[in-house]
Amino acid sequence: MKELPPKLFRNFFRWYCHPEMVGHIEGDMMELYAERVRGSGKRKADLKFIRDVVLLCRPGIIRPVTVETNVNQYDMVKSYFKVGWRNMLRSKGYSAINISGLAIGMTVALLIGLWVFDELTFDKHFNNYDRIVQVMQHQTYNGQVGTQVANPAVMAEEIRNVYGSDFKHVLQSSWNNNHTLTFGEKIFSKTGSYFEPGVVDMLSLNIIHGTKDGLKDMNSILLAESVAKSYFGEEDPINKMLRLDNEIDVKVTAVYEDLPENTSFQDLKIIMPWSLYLSQNTWIQKMEDPWGSNFTQTFAQLNENADLETVSTRIKDVKINQQGEEERRYKAVVFLHPMNKWHLYSDFKAGVNTGGRIDNVWLFGITGIFVLLLACINFMNLSTARSEKRSKEVGIRKSIGSARGQLITQFFSESIMIALFAFVLAIGLGFIALPSFNTIAGKTISIPWSSPLFWLAGIGFTLVTGLFAGVYPALFLSSFQPVKVLKGSFKMGKLASLPRKVLVVFQFAISIFLIIGTIVVYKQIQFAQGRPLGYTADGLITVGVNSERHKHFEAIRTELKTENAIVELAESGSPTTEVWNTNGGFDWEGKDPNLAVDFPNNAVTYEYGKTIGWQITTGRDFSRDFATDSTAFILNESAVKFIGLKDPLGKILKWNGENYTVIGVVKDILVQSPYTPVRPAMWHLSENSENVFIIKLNPNRNAQESLSKVEEVFKKFDPTSPFDAGFVDEAFAQKFGNEKRIGTLAAFFAALAVLISCLGLFGLASFVAEQRTKEIGIRKVMGASVNNLWQMLSKDFVVLVIIASVIAIVFAYFYYKNWLEGFEYRTTISWWIFALTALGALIITLITVSFQAIKAALMSPINSLRSE
Amino acid sequence: MQPMKKYQLGEFEEVVILTVGVLYKEAYGVSIKKEIETRLVRNVSMGALHTALKRLESKGYIKSFDGEVTEDRAGRPRKYFQITALGKKAMEYSRSTRDDLWKSIPKIALEVKMVGYE
Repeated sequence: MKELPPKLFRNFFRWYCHPEMVGHIEGDMMELYAERVRGSGKRKADLKFIRDVVLLCRPGIIRPVTVETNVNQYDMVKSYFKVGWRNMLRSKGYSAINISGLAIGMTVALLIGLWVFDELTFDKHFNNYDRIVQVMQHQTYNGQVGTQVANPAVMAEEIRNVYGSDFKHVLQSSWNNNHTLTFGEKIFSKTGSYFEPGVVDMLSLNIIHGTKDGLKDMNSILLAESVAKSYFGEEDPINKMLRLDNEIDVKVTAVYEDLPENTSFQDLKIIMPWSLYLSQNTWIQKMEDPWGSNFTQTFAQLNENADLETVSTRIKDVKINQQGEEERRYKAVVFLHPMNKWHLYSDFKAGVNTGGRIDNVWLFGITGIFVLLLACINFMNLSTARSEKRSKEVGIRKSIGSARGQLITQFFSESIMIALFAFVLAIGLGFIALPSFNTIAGKTISIPWSSPLFWLAGIGFTLVTGLFAGVYPALFLSSFQPVKVLKGSFKMGKLASLPRKVLVVFQFAISIFLIIGTIVVYKQIQFAQGRPLGYTADGLITVGVNSERHKHFEAIRTELKTENAIVELAESGSPTTEVWNTNGGFDWEGKDPNLAVDFPNNAVTYEYGKTIGWQITTGRDFSRDFATDSTAFILNESAVKFIGLKDPLGKILKWNGENYTVIGVVKDILVQSPYTPVRPAMWHLSENSENVFIIKLNPNRNAQESLSKVEEVFKKFDPTSPFDAGFVDEAFAQKFGNEKRIGTLAAFFAALAVLISCLGLFGLASFVAEQRTKEIGIRKVMGASVNNLWQMLSKDFVVLVIIASVIAIVFAYFYYKNWLEGFEYRTTISWWIFALTALGALIITLITVSFQAIKAALMSPINSLRSE
Repeated sequence: MQPMKKYQLGEFEEVVILTVGVLYKEAYGVSIKKEIETRLVRNVSMGALHTALKRLESKGYIKSFDGEVTEDRAGRPRKYFQITALGKKAMEYSRSTRDDLWKSIPKIALEVKMVGYE
């Protein structure tokens, strides 16, 4: 009997040894082994054999990880792509579905990627991004904690004096408002703020002309480059005199580069000194209690070594320390809100930061990834579905010596090739879609063609997508055993199509989820838009007031009314869509002494009610017939309820110690957010503190005609100011901007998701029809009707879509219910939404599948059975 | 002068290539191993030998061809090795450098050493 060495070690040797050497070395070892057995017995021979195997295990003899190290890789790669290209051309339909599907998915990912990048880099333009903060405060009104950016004008000074060592700059600033600038014939309205000196350093403004110390001179102004160009063209703007708001002459002392769009100060086009603001508003320094009114903003820059949290805690009592007993009830807590949170984390609820736009970033980011995922799934599904066709190819390749690694590379290079094509297409599509995307998203994003980072990310992303889309086909197809495939005994069982079915369900579940989302968002918007306004917004316009216009109020009114251009004209402290003034200091019989109240309190002229068309439920409107109306209030219904007045007419409300009589109650007027309850509010007469004209155009005349008439009259009495009218219904519609944006984008994504899913389904259906050609032929010969065949082919897909609907509906119900709970005024999710969506999905599926199914069913059996 | 790198031949590699020469047409793994072991009275492991053979072959100093299958080899052919022309040059180069070195040693150096040992 022939002795054999230990099998384990022989196999070990065969495993590790380089395939080129395994033959003769093993031969040598066997020869020696036989000799040793004869010489000194099997045991010793075995031991020596083992020793040889162990000693042979050294570099030079061990196989390399990849076998074909010496093969010219270039040729192989060339071959991969050549074969990939041929495969693509051979099945043009599938390739088209794959590439277009992936391209759509990538376009969405590209747009969303650019958007998310834009959102995340908001304000990063500033050199002191990490150090800049806004001083804000929480105050408790009507028992609720509100958070505001508005501060007393003395805030910055106080912080500088008491906590100055923590800050590099603490700067008081006005609101960023419209200002009229006049230079000769040129009159434009520009947005800008009054700032204390230091703003140039804090915002790292790039001074193009002039000096950054310009703000130290009271009658100076800093212009953004675009503003300077619009007034002076190529001339040197420095030391030119401009007239500001028709009141005072200011000298241009510096010109700075415009701040980019994605910064909080994008509209800071002109900067004027804070000292000028104080001298224009002399009342500020005459205030009895400078801490009693919040009407300006405070920005600051922390010192290098100051910790935000620590400093924020340190300054929290800066305001309350200055306040009297009465005012302390508002429990003012001052804190610092860092610049990196301004844009994305701007919401506060009960004194806690609760996020903000970051929710949208997540929402869209995840949606984008999902849409891309859907496109990848198409690719996977179609490739594996077609794998039976390619299984022969795999078998032959393997038997003539392809290693599995090479097959995997082959399939990956095919998928990456398709991904690259899709990427090129996606760039093109993205370029075309970007303008409309910008409109929807309210951005000015452009494709950064020259940014290497963009291309690196794009190509990297494409490769990842290609790998991801190709991983399943590559690993699955390359695992076929050549013997089975070539013998024809290779059958994919029921299990083989299971992952495919799961993926289809996944695709449709996401699509349906997005469709439901779109419907819910629109329903919510519609619900909020359907809320009673409490006034008539049609034909209502607002025009800004200045001293010139205020002086001629009666003249303007009379002239416009005699011209029949308008119905009525009134002055008001706030436009009907905003609250510009709230007041505390109210008292009434039976008021809880600890309650600190704060009501929107609008100062208006007699005609206000008639102009906006409010609805008086009890009592009467302001009237010139009653001299006592100068100390009268009109309340809204919420105020009556809040104060707890049973019979409000004639009741006395004390405001800052003065008695006011309630003369009327109006229906609640929707002024602020359409998603929250109307606040208790009141109106009183005033001749002086007006900010806007509210004008009701004549509804019987063309609005454009009336508007130009109004402009003509305003120009006549105030020729030096630009005429800036805004329609109230447009201002109101803007309150839905964010939700509408989400709705439009959700609709957009849902449409694309459905499109991509249907593309995939179309491909799968055509594959199934093709695979079952013979079966269909035989069935037809045996007497099956077209109807039978159509049912047979469509049934599978319909079942999948029904499963997807159920899953999507469950998730959608909980997710959107949660979303709606963020609104105090919200619509309900009714069952018809789900029914409608599921039905819609089914119909779309049937249409997609039927095209292929009917085509297959109509085919003549002669053709299908004769093939091959 | 030729650059040294041109004919690199390690000590053990030199022994192996010399033995391949000695065995002439009978040089394959086992015979080379045995020849070295008897002539130099030292153990040669299969690992060291085959590594050296592979390196010599990849340097082009020897070439190989498959030979016959004997009963003991379990169906694996012998692989015979032969010195190539380049291999011969390398051997000659190695030998001449040594000769040069020998010739350059002053006689006195060797004598002194002998004395020292005694």
